[in-house]
Amino acid sequence: MSRIWSFHGGIHPAENKRQSLQRPLETVPLPKLLILPLQQHIGAPATPLVEVGDKVLKGQPIAEPTGHVSAYLHAPTSGTITAIDCSPIPHPSGMEGLCIQLEPDGHERWIEHSGVADFRSLDKTELANTIRRAGISGMGGAGFPTAVKLHLSDDHIVNTLIINGVECEPYITADDVLMRERAESIIGGIEIAAHLIKPTHCLIGIEDNKPEAAMALTRAARLSELDIEVVVVPTKYPSGGEKQLIKLLTGVEVPSGRIPADIGIVVQNVSTMAAVERAVCHGQPLISRITTLTGEALARPGNLEVLLGTPIQHLLDHCGVDNQHLNRLVMGGPMMGYSLNDPQIPVIKTSNCVIAATAEEFGEPPPAQNCIRCGQCEQVCPAELLPQQLYWFAKGKEFDKALAHNLMDCIECGACSYVCPSNIPLVQYYRFAKGEIRREQFDQRNAEQARIRFEAREARLEQEKLDKAAKRKARAEAAARAKAEQNDKSSAGPTTSSIPATPPVADSDPQAQIKSLKTAAAVARTKLKKAEKALAQARDDGNELATFETAVSDATAKVEAAQQALRSAEQQNPAPAPTLAELKIAAATARTKLNKTEKALADAEAKQAPSADKLRASLELLRGKAETAQKALEQAQASASADTISDNAATEHAPIDIKALKTAASIARTKLKKAQKALDQAQADGSDTSELAAQLAQLSQNAEHAQQAFAAAEADQPASASTTGPDLKALKSAAAIARTKVNKTEKALADAETKGLPAADSLRTALVKLKAKATAAEQQLAAATATQSTSETADSDTAG
Amino acid sequence: MALIHISSPHAHKAGQAGHVMRQVILAALPGLAALCYYFGWGALINVLFASTLALLFEAIVIKLRRRPLGFYLGDYSAILTALLLALALPPYVPWWITAIGIFVAIVIAKQLYGGLGQNPFNPAMIAYALLLISFPVEMTRWSAPFTLLDSPTDLPGLADSVAIIFGQLQLPDAVTMATPLDTFKHKGAITADELWAQSQLMNGLEPWQGISLAYLAGGVYLLIRKVYTWHIPVAMLFAMFMISGFFYGSDPSNFASPMFHLTTGATMLGAFFIATDPVTAATSNKGKLIFGASLGILVYLIRNWGNYPDAIAFAVLLMNLVAPFLDYYTRPRTYGHKQAQRGIVRK
Repeated sequence: MSRIWSFHGGIHPAENKRQSLQRPLETVPLPKLLILPLQQHIGAPATPLVEVGDKVLKGQPIAEPTGHVSAYLHAPTSGTITAIDCSPIPHPSGMEGLCIQLEPDGHERWIEHSGVADFRSLDKTELANTIRRAGISGMGGAGFPTAVKLHLSDDHIVNTLIINGVECEPYITADDVLMRERAESIIGGIEIAAHLIKPTHCLIGIEDNKPEAAMALTRAARLSELDIEVVVVPTKYPSGGEKQLIKLLTGVEVPSGRIPADIGIVVQNVSTMAAVERAVCHGQPLISRITTLTGEALARPGNLEVLLGTPIQHLLDHCGVDNQHLNRLVMGGPMMGYSLNDPQIPVIKTSNCVIAATAEEFGEPPPAQNCIRCGQCEQVCPAELLPQQLYWFAKGKEFDKALAHNLMDCIECGACSYVCPSNIPLVQYYRFAKGEIRREQFDQRNAEQARIRFEAREARLEQEKLDKAAKRKARAEAAARAKAEQNDKSSAGPTTSSIPATPPVADSDPQAQIKSLKTAAAVARTKLKKAEKALAQARDDGNELATFETAVSDATAKVEAAQQALRSAEQQNPAPAPTLAELKIAAATARTKLNKTEKALADAEAKQAPSADKLRASLELLRGKAETAQKALEQAQASASADTISDNAATEHAPIDIKALKTAASIARTKLKKAQKALDQAQADGSDTSELAAQLAQLSQNAEHAQQAFAAAEADQPASASTTGPDLKALKSAAAIARTKVNKTEKALADAETKGLPAADSLRTALVKLKAKATAAEQQLAAATATQSTSETADSDTAG
Repeated sequence: MALIHISSPHAHKAGQAGHVMRQVILAALPGLAALCYYFGWGALINVLFASTLALLFEAIVIKLRRRPLGFYLGDYSAILTALLLALALPPYVPWWITAIGIFVAIVIAKQLYGGLGQNPFNPAMIAYALLLISFPVEMTRWSAPFTLLDSPTDLPGLADSVAIIFGQLQLPDAVTMATPLDTFKHKGAITADELWAQSQLMNGLEPWQGISLAYLAGGVYLLIRKVYTWHIPVAMLFAMFMISGFFYGSDPSNFASPMFHLTTGATMLGAFFIATDPVTAATSNKGKLIFGASLGILVYLIRNWGNYPDAIAFAVLLMNLVAPFLDYYTRPRTYGHKQAQRGIVRK
């Protein structure tokens, strides 16, 4: 007998195993539908091999492993695949998973299969593959694919194979029954496993509450060639935990965060061993298992040989469930099992027990009281943690402290919750903390990955920029070289080439030529603009700058060339003096444009759009253009009028001209008034008046020009004036108007000065001019009056 | 059929709310009985009065905190606090001393910190220390056990006891007496042998020994029922035995024997009922050993060189201060780890 060590803590809950041991092992009749989840093991879910409508035979593979850690799935009976879709699976969260649904045909037709006569003749890999093809995964706990565990890489030297027949959870008797009924099969499986991993020791751990099973296994082991030792351990929960069993049987602890194989130990469940034997020696894949159906809500509790995928409701009905009193449905044991919320959930490879409990059996948990740190949890913790401290940390979300107190070594056995006198659901707190910590770690990993990715991208972009700069430099150098060569050539030989941007100089109409040159320049400008836009876009996108930059510089060069050509052409062929009408149109167009732009600017300013600056600049430009156009027009008009006067020397034409000038002057005045009004309005509104004031000054200048022109025209015709006689009335009103204007302007100036507006200066100038004008008008009036009086006197003299 | 969906484990140990507290209260009853046997009804009246007040104060605070009344009163923690304080008080202490003590214990030392499980200090000992410092005369006026009275009938009856406690009667001078610890502390220049020779009290220690024995019995019961582990009481008594044995061995004329220290004063009450309060003690087994041993040494040091004859309250409060620190440095080695971690490990 080998020595037994012990592990810290543990509890002795009521066993409740007797109920399900009253009846012999039974086989359940075929259900109407089998639901086979694709994930019944740890690792990746299997990939379906069948399609809806396929007929399958018993034992036919219907799903294959996805990757190394995964498992095959076989049809538990012959029938038709009716669906492959999501339905509830056995999981603590009550989630759904992809399942293959199989409708049995009732014939139980096996696929052709045969066992291996002598597994020792098989190659190790081949033997492991046989187990893998049988879809075997751990049937005691988590469901780790057995072939992976039994076909370890060469760096794992296994010295101890431990077979777990402890079954420490209350209520469950599936392994107990299996060990009693199929001890030979278990021993056969152990022989196969031992052949694969070549351990020096084979130990079977059984709790002392299963003497019959221990006897059966001891008998069977005696017949084996191997030295298999059955070790009876004292009944204590959780002796069946992998780590606890290892400690019990070997005295060694699995280091935190490692697996038993790292210390040369492999643990397998007895059911798994039986399944291995069935797969290798009989060629039958894992399609059924023994499941304990127990609980007070069942009339006939017992152990059943169940096809995988059988809905639990079918088993409950078979055992005579009392639906009135069924309160909680637990898959697994009462300590670590999880409650199911749907009785249609199927039995899977790891389902060792289903407890149909009444409310009296597993009552509602009483409300949790305060933790008094009694330390009972610590006394029973098999991982030697400080559960009460972990509870405080989990409750206070101090996860770093929980980690420092080895929260991750908690096996969630539930012993602490079981003994807690304050009924605190401790395990739930630990699960919560673990979940939060895992999520945090996941987030951290993600953030780290994102950072690395970002840095790599930055480095790549930087490198690309450098590469491009180097390329551009090389290209510029090459271009410079080429130019130098060309210059050498042109200086050496006769000029053969011309500037490509310059269109061929036609000797025909110079005006048409200028026009075409203009068009060419405009086209070049448009192209430049486009190129600039593309460059800006590229800069925003951050790619392929070099090409765009060269394109822009090319376009700029072209525009300059075109502009130059145009200028020289214009200089050579000065445009003929435009006609008065043309000039008028040009001036009007310029004004319209100016107005429009002003409007747009006002709009932009009101909206505080960024384009305001641009608009302002263009406004200045347009104003200048409009002024030039106006000036040109005025000049033309002046010269035209002078021409008319001088050329025709017809006095009868003069009054017409003077009339026109008068109208112009009055129009100018009206405009001035309007502007004045607008300025007043703007000042009253308190808005920016500088623009308007400037405009006003401009207009007053215009009005002045018009007035001057008028005055000049009048002065030009002194004869006619003398003949007609100076219009005293008109002069009087003019003087009055001038005075009024002076007054008004003075007012506006005073206003502007008090407000400190920049328009004050221009107003001041305008005022000075107006004053001068007013004085002139006064003088004129005085002179006219004097003349009149003399002429009157003369008249009277002649009359008298 | 509505299936309920609950996280594991589904099975729970058959235990009721307040189970631990009730066990402790039960275990303290022999001590109370012994106290009443030797000193009269005073202790019982104190316990009943203190318990009533404790429930009242607890109820008021729970109401103010808007918590379910029945649920929190049902944990028996207030009654246990009242019981422990009442057992520590002199049997015929005036009622207002008890009232102040219970108010401090329940309202200030416990509920203001967040109620049961949140208090860093033992509520009963906070109250005791406060009373001892504030009202030294009342707190040190112990009565004599009937064995040391001229006539056993001098011990006040039930009605008289009530009258004395509630200020209607004076405690007869014939009945007042210093405690053995007090007597020994103030023996002056005489040697221990001389004190024993001249003092009637020192030869009649039977009442105190009897009471200590009763507390010990209650403590053993609690150990058997696994209400707490042996670590704290055993470490404390062992440390006291060792240190008093050392000094007694080196100078028997000036220091009392280990047996004297273990069986007089509140040693047994402290070891099995006060130091073992799980809320305020260290939690790991190793921590509990250090906690208990330090307690024993502190009690001895204060008894011999401090200002007060007994020292359980001060020693317990001092060790309450240290308990969280002990917990960080005495964590057990977790399964699969090479060694235990000390302090707060930053990962």
